Amino acid sequence: LMHLCFVLQNIMTSRHTHTKRIEGLDKNVWVAFTSLAADPSVVNLGQGFPDIPPPSYVKEALAQAASVDKMNQYTRGFGHPSLVKALSQVYGKVYERQIDPLKEILVTVGGYGSLFSTMQGLVEDGDEVIIIEPFFDCYVPMVRMAGAKPVLIPLRLKSGKKTVTSADWFLDPDELSSKFSSKTKRRKHLHTTGRTSDELQMIADLCIKHDTLCFTTLPGMWDRTITISSAGKTFSVTGWKLGWSIGPEHLMRHLQTVMQNTIYTCPTPLQEAVAQGLQHNFELMGQPECYFSSLAEELEGKRDRMAAFLQEAGMPPVIPEGGYFMLVDVTPLNQDLSHMVQDEAYDYKFVKWMIKEKKLAAIPVTAFVGEESKKQFEKYIRLCFIKQDSTLDAAEAILKNWRKI
Amino acid sequence: QQHRRAFMIMSGRLHARGTERVHKNVWLEFARLAADYKAVNLGQGFPDFSPPEFVQDAFCKAVSGGHQMHQYTRPFGHPPLVHILAKFFGRIVGREIDPLEDVLVTVGAYQALFCAFQALIEEGDEVIIVEPFFDCYQPMVKKAGGKPVYVPLRPVSGDGSAVPSSGDWVLSPEELASKFTPRTKAVVINTPNNPLGKVYKTEELQVIADLCIKHDVLCISDEVYEWLTYDGNKHVKIAGLPGMWERTVTIGSAGKTFSATGWKVGWAIGSEQIIQRLKAMHQMSVFDCATAAQEAVARGFEREYELFGTPESYFQQLPAMLHQKREKLASCLGGAGLQPVMPEGGYFMIADTSSVTVDFSDFMSTDDEPHDFRFVKWLIKEKGLATIPVSAFYSPEHRKDFDKYIRFCFIKEDSTLDAADDILRTFSQRQ
Repeated sequence: LMHLCFVLQNIMTSRHTHTKRIEGLDKNVWVAFTSLAADPSVVNLGQGFPDIPPPSYVKEALAQAASVDKMNQYTRGFGHPSLVKALSQVYGKVYERQIDPLKEILVTVGGYGSLFSTMQGLVEDGDEVIIIEPFFDCYVPMVRMAGAKPVLIPLRLKSGKKTVTSADWFLDPDELSSKFSSKTKRRKHLHTTGRTSDELQMIADLCIKHDTLCFTTLPGMWDRTITISSAGKTFSVTGWKLGWSIGPEHLMRHLQTVMQNTIYTCPTPLQEAVAQGLQHNFELMGQPECYFSSLAEELEGKRDRMAAFLQEAGMPPVIPEGGYFMLVDVTPLNQDLSHMVQDEAYDYKFVKWMIKEKKLAAIPVTAFVGEESKKQFEKYIRLCFIKQDSTLDAAEAILKNWRKI
Repeated sequence: QQHRRAFMIMSGRLHARGTERVHKNVWLEFARLAADYKAVNLGQGFPDFSPPEFVQDAFCKAVSGGHQMHQYTRPFGHPPLVHILAKFFGRIVGREIDPLEDVLVTVGAYQALFCAFQALIEEGDEVIIVEPFFDCYQPMVKKAGGKPVYVPLRPVSGDGSAVPSSGDWVLSPEELASKFTPRTKAVVINTPNNPLGKVYKTEELQVIADLCIKHDVLCISDEVYEWLTYDGNKHVKIAGLPGMWERTVTIGSAGKTFSATGWKVGWAIGSEQIIQRLKAMHQMSVFDCATAAQEAVARGFEREYELFGTPESYFQQLPAMLHQKREKLASCLGGAGLQPVMPEGGYFMIADTSSVTVDFSDFMSTDDEPHDFRFVKWLIKEKGLATIPVSAFYSPEHRKDFDKYIRFCFIKEDSTLDAADDILRTFSQRQ
């Protein structure tokens, strides 16, 4: 009888299968590769976070904020007042328009949280969302979770260049145009490589023509664009998980409603500290001491350094015009991975092999593309260069010794 | 011209399905009103004093710690935090809790609730919600495609001599049983309860547990106020009852535990199969939570683990401090003709406004607004004292049965409570 009861219990609890919206979400490149790279003997150029410290005034602002009673309690749901005010100032200057801090800004849990609020607030069942490949990997599952269909279009490499930069990867206008249908809701801005203003204009024209919402901004695009950004990336504090969305009120109020029903409010002392950091740099905008320019300058040096040692090791890099990642083509290494029998793309196998054999971690680029584009991208791996000199030194040493066993 | 047309076309197809149900937000409405009238605020449910020093120190230490404190941590929870939570709560429920599989750290208990509903509730599922309920449960159930089914706690009528207590408010087992159907997926309980302060006894939880097991239903147990119990009432975890671990998600909050609501650190604890699903949802919505605050909360729990049950424990000191404030507020309310319901736990107190007659005619509130909403507005505008109407915590179908109560929050500095007292004293003079 006991045995029978046990069996019945199992049958009954199997009624509780997971909800449709979370089906297939367990495969995640970060969860897979961060644990592999967590071994302290591995030089980690994989996950995109700095190992350089954030500016000291930003850390100090946080310590100070936490010492104020009120700052340890709930703040305004859509964004701490001093933060949304600072954001409206900084971005008002960047966009050259008045931005309403209360109605046109939402503070979220990282840029990630903004992406989620946007998808949940604006994308519906049956919509189509155009995504340019390669893309930050969460876009596709988020689009699916909103009940919509991702429509992918890859950037393509112009052939015949000796030194490749990200500018050599372009969108085919006819191909892009063909992706718009009556169901197209929106497209996503590219994550891993930068775009020129001509290309953005081309995208903008298509959006206006097809009455589509968009996530980049250009003159004439304000009404149909949500712009997403991150304190983590701006101030090298990814562990603060604060981001924001900026856009017109008629779109933003839907994101705000999502926020109200999911997280409600973001941490107060962190928001206060970011507000101070923004305020500090707003005053310095246009000057070399401004962190927004000084960080870029510091990273340009690291970028050039990494590109050089990759080239020396025989791996042609794609020199990025922006961001802090670099793609590199591993084809010339001719690495034989036939002993790895898993059914995975070449770059996944390569990175796993490289972590194990060479103690160097990267991220496989096919994590950022759809099924159909895998063949086009599977010889590329992604390296992060917002790392201190000692980390880059260690990576360089590994690459110098590559050929030696 | 073209732009204008595009704009008009756009506005027709904009908002996504879930957001059409914009839930009328009682907090925003009354917070605004309280600020406009500079009212003494016993409405907002959070402390107006600081977190304990040891936890503030831990935060400062984390902030000035190594660079890792400012970068991404483990998505499902910062390792030191999930380890101590597993250890701490494992000791309480008497089972081994796996820190990596059975614990998920979230952005406040609010996000844990969101993940739970999204991960476990499907279109067409019914979710039983015990009233009065924290107002977000209803829109969250709806957003997940579920149908809320309400069952109210009702005050049993006493002989009138004892002070009414939250313990007098009970569920009818028959009424509760009648709410279960083949489509019931989960039951949501909140103990200690906001706004009532009820601390469910083991027997009461057993009735709920028996039904959950009989109907193979999940339980979402919101226990954010778990350390705040008075008069020897003990907080009981339904997940600890036989047969309940496999089907319960227990939700907690560092904000309520350490009087640091602005840190937004919460958690969900449960069996691996259930937490796995919440993790998937978490991965899809925020991915991970801020590192430094998790580090500080971990240190806070480590300290409390060692001091548990001793007078130095914050989990003893905070309820002791609040006990005094509870007594003080109850006596002020009684003196003003407002009949308090003594809460067994939590930091809220509801009071019956029936004995206080007020002329609402010159107020802008409409006739079809519930009595308590009008009373609260009058109290803010006319007396400068902010509270929250209790019928906001009820379903539309039961709202009118409970529209005589207003909710006060007493986790406030003595000066705030004194200011409220001054206002309340004018009541008996006025009438």
